[in-house]
Amino acid sequence: MTPESPKPSRVYFFSTCLIDSFYPEAGLAAIRLIEREGVRVIFPRGQSCCGQPAYNSGFPEEARTVARRQIRTFHEEIPIVVPSGSCAGMMKHHYPTLFAGAAEQAEAERFAARVFEWSEFMVRVLGVRLEDRGQPLKITWHTSCHALREMRVIEDSKSLIRQLSNVELVELERERECCGFGGTFAVKHPAISGAMVYDKVEDILATGAPRVIAGDCGCLLNITGAIAHRELAVSGQHLAEFIWERIHDGA
Amino acid sequence: MTGPESFEQSAERALADDQLRKNFAFAMGSFIVKRKAVFSDEAETEQLRARGQAIKQRALSRLPELLEELEANCTRNGIRVHWAETPAVANRIVLDIVNAHSATGVIKGKSMVSEEMHLNGYLAAHGVEPIETDLGEFIIQLNGETPSHIIVPAIHKNKSQIAHIFHEKLPGTPYTEEVTELNAIARRTLRRRFYEAAVGVSGVNFAVAETGTLCLVENEGNGRMCTTLPAVHIAVMGLEKVVEKLEDLPPLLRLLTGSATGQLVTTYVNLITSPRRPGEKDGPQEVHLVILDNGRSRIYADPQLRQTLQCVRCGTCLNHCPVYTRIGGHAYGFVYPGPIGQILNPQVEGLEKAAPLITASSLCGACEEVCPVKIPITALLRRLRDESYSRAPTSAVPGHGCRSSLAERLAWQGWVLVNTRPWLNRMMNAVLGAIGDFLPPVGPLERWMRFREEPKFAGRSLHRRLKKKGVADE
Repeated sequence: MTPESPKPSRVYFFSTCLIDSFYPEAGLAAIRLIEREGVRVIFPRGQSCCGQPAYNSGFPEEARTVARRQIRTFHEEIPIVVPSGSCAGMMKHHYPTLFAGAAEQAEAERFAARVFEWSEFMVRVLGVRLEDRGQPLKITWHTSCHALREMRVIEDSKSLIRQLSNVELVELERERECCGFGGTFAVKHPAISGAMVYDKVEDILATGAPRVIAGDCGCLLNITGAIAHRELAVSGQHLAEFIWERIHDGA
Repeated sequence: MTGPESFEQSAERALADDQLRKNFAFAMGSFIVKRKAVFSDEAETEQLRARGQAIKQRALSRLPELLEELEANCTRNGIRVHWAETPAVANRIVLDIVNAHSATGVIKGKSMVSEEMHLNGYLAAHGVEPIETDLGEFIIQLNGETPSHIIVPAIHKNKSQIAHIFHEKLPGTPYTEEVTELNAIARRTLRRRFYEAAVGVSGVNFAVAETGTLCLVENEGNGRMCTTLPAVHIAVMGLEKVVEKLEDLPPLLRLLTGSATGQLVTTYVNLITSPRRPGEKDGPQEVHLVILDNGRSRIYADPQLRQTLQCVRCGTCLNHCPVYTRIGGHAYGFVYPGPIGQILNPQVEGLEKAAPLITASSLCGACEEVCPVKIPITALLRRLRDESYSRAPTSAVPGHGCRSSLAERLAWQGWVLVNTRPWLNRMMNAVLGAIGDFLPPVGPLERWMRFREEPKFAGRSLHRRLKKKGVADE
């Protein structure tokens, strides 16, 4: 794999609120995997949320206020790596729209141009090579809608998994279908969202894999929550945490 | 139960209907496969979609003059053009034409605009029998239902359900699940009506301004019969159906039929440019074109919302929608179901009435990924969500501000505070890390927990762990 951009010496890491509060291990793994390639990771403590919840819920002004905070916090002209296709999509593709016509428009566009989804960065910029030290394992992969349709990085994520020689990736039959999370959608339309995640879990069960890997913690929260609700023996994990485990003889 | 069912209730009822869910899952799954087969070359499909989008945007950018050009050319060809601002006016125009010919019934080809007008109910109330001749429309009309899909209106029914309807509603019809026989029953029943009817009503897929031509695609031949057998043909269309030139049609037709049914071309492509001319052996004596506005000019006036009018009504956004696939068309409670309905109905009928539609999407984007004219459906859903809270007098959508609530505004203000004050953010995370697992299951958390376990807060947030670990802050 040949990297497409020159390797920077330092990058910013935007953890996302869900990783911060629910999946810190995934964030730690993502950072360690970048540092392992000789790139220094900067984690600005002033960071919070990308603003997507308000942006998608009809509160653009509130979204702008929070987004502006991130733009100011990540001010240095170095890449911003985001371990989520959804938050990265918000920052890369929606910030320019959110600030269109505003004083910060140019700044928002420059910011957006620096945003990378984590697996995209690992593959396209760092050209990372992974050595699998884990036991043979069958897994399945969940594609997040925004990683697929906004960031278009699913092949990057899967190519990382395919580098793991002892891991068998069994793809979902309806991989391109939404898991039903959709932020506030899950609590505004619980029955519809519930039906969607039920079907997603059925699809996961049909693969026979004991573990589902994903690149977005919103989806993971939804899918693993539904798995636990049905008391099924399938676990879920963020891609970065999974890879970190595999290259350190993890189970 | 009192009052009409809410969207949430009808969605829950649909979700609980296993047969309905199986019918939709099966049908939509096969439509997705069929579409993919005719649009297998991704680069070519992208080019074609961009062209479709450009053609419709070009037409919309010149909409008023194209409509005038269409009217002038239709009139020159002998097609009488009628303008209707509202469905009520459109219905009246149709009824007056029917009455002028003393017709007691009309045969109808499939038309969503006629559904928007509630034309069938109106005609029936005025002693005129509307007879649906599209097989799917025929089935649901027999059963007293509305279309559950804009292309395949009876898709919510399977073979045996249709067999039951025919057996029960058509006197003397034996029960059969043989598809050929079911088709033959419909054909036998309708054939006589085709011969008898004095007036035929159809929709329009594209109206060509340059030539004054009405283009209508279909697969059953009923559309051709409705537009050629009766002495009078009345075509009804929304004003966004006009395109500039005849040469715009090939790419649009390829996109429409490929997206709708996965066909390279439909069995029938009707191009209607005039009534029967002297010396011609068939065709109606009179052709009328009713052009309906019904809020479209208002939508047209807003540059972003205008993109809604690019729609060619192929229905592929329904087929690819994970919500539509699970709840079906009726649960939406509006004429246009699925993603296109979720952006169109609120703009036509107002946000007060249609507010639940705009939130019933995970914004997954499956619809806009396949839309043949690249309507940015998720961006328009967001815009409508913004409008639903906006009290600004400049807002373009009727019913804007209907969801405005102090409680919700305060909640988002709180969210802004937590996400712009790092110390507050850290405190909040520390508190949630400590007590988050003991939150009472009420409100959103209760709704989350109907189908999922409670999210488990990490004891220490990534912020705290990195601070301890000494990862650089600047």
